[in-house]
Amino acid sequence: MNEELAIQANDLTRKFGDFAAVDQISFEVSQGEIFGFLGANGAGKTTAIRMLIGLLAPTSGKASVAGFDVYTQAEAIKRKIGYMSQKFSLYTDLTVWENIRLYGGIYGLSEDNIKAKAEELLSSLQLESVRDKRIGSLPLGWKQKLAFSVAMLHEPDIVFLDEPTGGVDPITRRQFWEQIYQAAEEGTTVFVTTHYMDEAEYCDRVSIMVDGKIEALDTPAGLRQAYQADDIEDVFIELARGADRAE
Amino acid sequence: MRTIKFLLQKEFLQIFRNKGMLPIIFLMPMIQLVVLSFAATFELKEVDVHLVDFDRSATSRALVTKMQATGYFNIQSHSQDVDDGIRMMRSNDIQLALVIPQHFERDVTSGSPTSVQLNIDAVDGSTAGLIQGYGRSIIQDFSVEVQPQIKQIQQQRRRAGINIIPANWYNPNLDYIKYMVPGILVVLVSMIGMFLSGMNIVREREIGTIEQLNVTPIKRYQFIAGKLLPFWIIGLFELVVGLLIARLGFNIPFVGSVLLLLAIAGIYLLVVEGIGLFISTITSTQQQAMFIAWFLMVVFILMGGLFTPIESMPGWAQDLTLFNPVAHFIKIMRMVLLKGAGWAEVQHLVGILTLMVVIILPAAIFRYRKSTG
Repeated sequence: MNEELAIQANDLTRKFGDFAAVDQISFEVSQGEIFGFLGANGAGKTTAIRMLIGLLAPTSGKASVAGFDVYTQAEAIKRKIGYMSQKFSLYTDLTVWENIRLYGGIYGLSEDNIKAKAEELLSSLQLESVRDKRIGSLPLGWKQKLAFSVAMLHEPDIVFLDEPTGGVDPITRRQFWEQIYQAAEEGTTVFVTTHYMDEAEYCDRVSIMVDGKIEALDTPAGLRQAYQADDIEDVFIELARGADRAE
Repeated sequence: MRTIKFLLQKEFLQIFRNKGMLPIIFLMPMIQLVVLSFAATFELKEVDVHLVDFDRSATSRALVTKMQATGYFNIQSHSQDVDDGIRMMRSNDIQLALVIPQHFERDVTSGSPTSVQLNIDAVDGSTAGLIQGYGRSIIQDFSVEVQPQIKQIQQQRRRAGINIIPANWYNPNLDYIKYMVPGILVVLVSMIGMFLSGMNIVREREIGTIEQLNVTPIKRYQFIAGKLLPFWIIGLFELVVGLLIARLGFNIPFVGSVLLLLAIAGIYLLVVEGIGLFISTITSTQQQAMFIAWFLMVVFILMGGLFTPIESMPGWAQDLTLFNPVAHFIKIMRMVLLKGAGWAEVQHLVGILTLMVVIILPAAIFRYRKSTG
């Protein structure tokens, strides 16, 4: 297993009955890379992510994350990764601070460390004023920023973001990507799915999934060139047009 | 341990912030205890009677007066037609139609055999039995009173027969509340344990917060301890409050050791929580979990000896109660509180409960998955 690779997948497959939600995908993600994982709804992105982070057992194929095998070392992987799910999953009846404290505690951070981390995060997100507000009362964009911060709380090697900017306004989206860049600069590998094709341009490399398979994988510039398209959106539409799985 | 501390902190914050659940958790059980204990009584009170007195004599009037004087029977109406009584029984207006035949006075005073008919609404069999029992003893008393000139021989014969002297142990006044309160306390504690802990996990699954926990390196036993402990503490707390109400409000005697009882309650709570937890691992919505939990709970309670004695169930049903934790704890509760049973008397029951913990908890932990297959 290559130590330099953050994620390695080889013919990774997940079937639900006869239906192959993820069909023999293979790819590699290097350390510190921002890897865009694109695909239409139902293409199998979330299923793929869930296999990589140890929430779903693969049917066949191989994969390793942070050097650990997804079949046998799922719990070891969990120590190295952060995850922000598509569906907001922090506790809305707890305050911002209480959520941070809970996850800090679960990841084994010391009390002082949790406090320091919380201050740092809240100030960088400009969320100090709502520190003691319950999350349920915050606007969606703020919730998403917070979910990202909690995923980064324990300084993971790799962070998985499943449609982090879904339903978020353009300004917050921009701030969000600044956060992602900052994380990448600090050495974190970012594995991100998105529907926004402009966001795909921000990634180091992009894969496009159609019907459970990876149909294209390259740098944004490489993809545009290969498909002779003006932007990634055209590449995506070109590829997704042939999809059987309608929305 | 540290992780569990953070989880407990979270759980208690959430419980005390849930304005909808808080009163249900803390107030409802207490109200239930008070209301149920008073209402669920097997004592006979004020049976409504239709009287058909064909004799209309001083003696028949004396019998009716005596019955009314006991406070158990209340003459609602009277007529000269038994069918009236049956009709009223059908419309639930009366539970007993009392028929006194013609020549009742003559026969009673002359010592000839006579009879009084009790037509009892027996839809509720146990109440019917009580009406019959109470009625019979009143009428027998009456027949002794009105036959003071009864033959010497009969007196002697009675003395020569076997005299039964009942002595009611542990509950000398046959006070129904003493019997019910310990049982109802068990039901309340069981509800907290079985419903709240299991439901809590399914709820997290439903709203998706469990996913964020599942991607952390949290251990299964930590997660489950974090879910069990809060409701274990709340369950014991409510039992203590319930016992205080029982002691101060209902004057239930605490003959046995309350500490022993609380220790056993600690084991018992683990059993019901384990069942709740197990249900949560096989269901994906609160609705499903609630339904299964309710189904089990109703069976446990109805077959647990709360209302009807286990001893009067058919043999196979009695065998089944071996698997019913509610039955065991109700038994223990009554034995310890009312009879003063100690460790020696209850240890076999505690043994069964412990065995249940040892089976159900690991099964639940084993079935709980951080990932889906």
